Amino acid sequence: MTEAIDQLFVSLKRWIEGFFPEPWRSTISIVLIVVPILVMFGTLFAVATILERKGLGRIQNRYGPNRVGPFGVLQPVADGIKALIKEDVVPYRADKVVHFLAPIALLVPVLLTFAVLPYGRNMVPVDLNAGVLYFFAVGAGTELAVFMAGWSSRNKYSLLGAMRAIAQMLSYEVPLILSAVTVVMIVGSLSTVKIVQAQDFTVRADGSLGLFPNWFVFTPWGLAGFILFTIAGIAESNRTPFDLPEGESEIVAGYFLEYSGFKFALFFMAEYFEMFAVSGMAATLFLGGYGAPLSWLTWIPTWFWFMAKVVAFLALFIWLRGTLPRLRVDQLMNFAWKFMLPMTLINLVAAAIWHFMGPGLARWFVCAALLIVPYFWLAHGLGFGKRLTKRTYRYAE
Amino acid sequence: MSLPFAIIAVLTIAAAVAAMNLRNLVHCALALTVAFAGLAAAYLQLDAQFVGFAQILVYVGAVAILIVFAILLTRGGDTPQQSIFSSSWLAGAAVAVVVFGVLAWTVVNSAASRRELPPQPEATVKQIGDALMTKFVLPLEVVGLLLTAALIGAVIIAMKEDRPELRNHASKNGTKAETSGQIVNRKS
Repeated sequence: MTEAIDQLFVSLKRWIEGFFPEPWRSTISIVLIVVPILVMFGTLFAVATILERKGLGRIQNRYGPNRVGPFGVLQPVADGIKALIKEDVVPYRADKVVHFLAPIALLVPVLLTFAVLPYGRNMVPVDLNAGVLYFFAVGAGTELAVFMAGWSSRNKYSLLGAMRAIAQMLSYEVPLILSAVTVVMIVGSLSTVKIVQAQDFTVRADGSLGLFPNWFVFTPWGLAGFILFTIAGIAESNRTPFDLPEGESEIVAGYFLEYSGFKFALFFMAEYFEMFAVSGMAATLFLGGYGAPLSWLTWIPTWFWFMAKVVAFLALFIWLRGTLPRLRVDQLMNFAWKFMLPMTLINLVAAAIWHFMGPGLARWFVCAALLIVPYFWLAHGLGFGKRLTKRTYRYAE
Repeated sequence: MSLPFAIIAVLTIAAAVAAMNLRNLVHCALALTVAFAGLAAAYLQLDAQFVGFAQILVYVGAVAILIVFAILLTRGGDTPQQSIFSSSWLAGAAVAVVVFGVLAWTVVNSAASRRELPPQPEATVKQIGDALMTKFVLPLEVVGLLLTAALIGAVIIAMKEDRPELRNHASKNGTKAETSGQIVNRKS
């Protein structure tokens, strides 16, 4: 029974394929993989927007959208209709072709990254030999799209936003990839499925499962890598506190300032999809992908665990957005190059030591010390030796 | 020649031709990016996953951005008004055709083209990593050293110069007395 529910979508796909003659089946199989992914993430996008607006409202002590439908839950529908029927304004001086292509060039690579995420047992669209590399290679295509949008609008705020976005994305891509490399080193494979399988429960001698799974986040290098990956991932998807490229108070909306109607919605959608993709990858690399967190919870289907982890990441992102202020450009760059990059490099060494020291308690202490000491040292360097004291406030009498 | 290969080849060549012929330099850079992506697709079609993805990561993700930034920071990407073709384009085209002809003739008649194709090797990323870390470790280290040297050189060029004469110059520009003849003479 558990097995049947776990493999529900796989058997459903086989069943539908059975209705078609043999030569069509490979095409139908591709359609049956692509369409559910698009529908699922499209729905998640709608849910995420309402969750984000409601969550931010809660954090800021206000209601959030509450007019469309019960408790405002139909707000995404209204937003979608509004985006579709709005006039599509293209600036007179804009480079029409590049201006039109930019949102498409942004959305397509982000959608392509969904191809290697394992959504459940036997539920990976393409099990590539170089899956993790594919994820980062395709994701790198978004930077050029951001430039296209900013440059073709012929607007100084757009170009400034594009410059900021590219500088930020290039800087944070290095720690993003390097923190994922630790997992690849330990597993010895770039395949996302193999990475998830490597984090499964240990099978004891009597055939029973250990209580806790071997998620990489439960090791010193894995915890450091997970935190670094999440920070770099937030920066890659241009979310607060790294939303300088769209800083409303300085450059209006940054690179997508001159877009209106559904093209604007596409930029919005690409940002959210990037967030989902980074969450999915972080869950795959460090949180055991589709694995259950405790062995007596394995009866819950694997696809549920994957989506639960993605949604948990969404909640974290919304929480961060509601509570952290925006960084300054120099702080952002200093943080990337003087803290994130050295930490990821040290983390690589820590993972290598972890691998070669073999099982035992000694490696825990060595790796933890190797990561904690540089952490304080680098954090001290980042503050330029300034003594940070509690801020004092003065109020009018 | 299979259909996917034909599509990739036509796309790559068309993008490369566009990269040479378009007037606006930024458009040329974007067309060149399409050509890079086409090359990556050709590698992928040959089952060389690592090379294909590395091509996308490095060329589309980094080199294209570098080119675009170089254009923006130097000429502002303004479109030239006069013809972008050289006056001696006919001679250039003739030389190109002759070179291509000679190369094609040599390749077709060489012993390499008549050789039996070996069975396609299974080149996984793991094998490439093993080869880089054992057989080709010295070339890898040399390339790493070269790149580090280039990185340090770039940082030194970009570093804020703190020479005393520059600082004096900057402070004089700030003062209002600069317009008087005396100070201008002293500066020179």
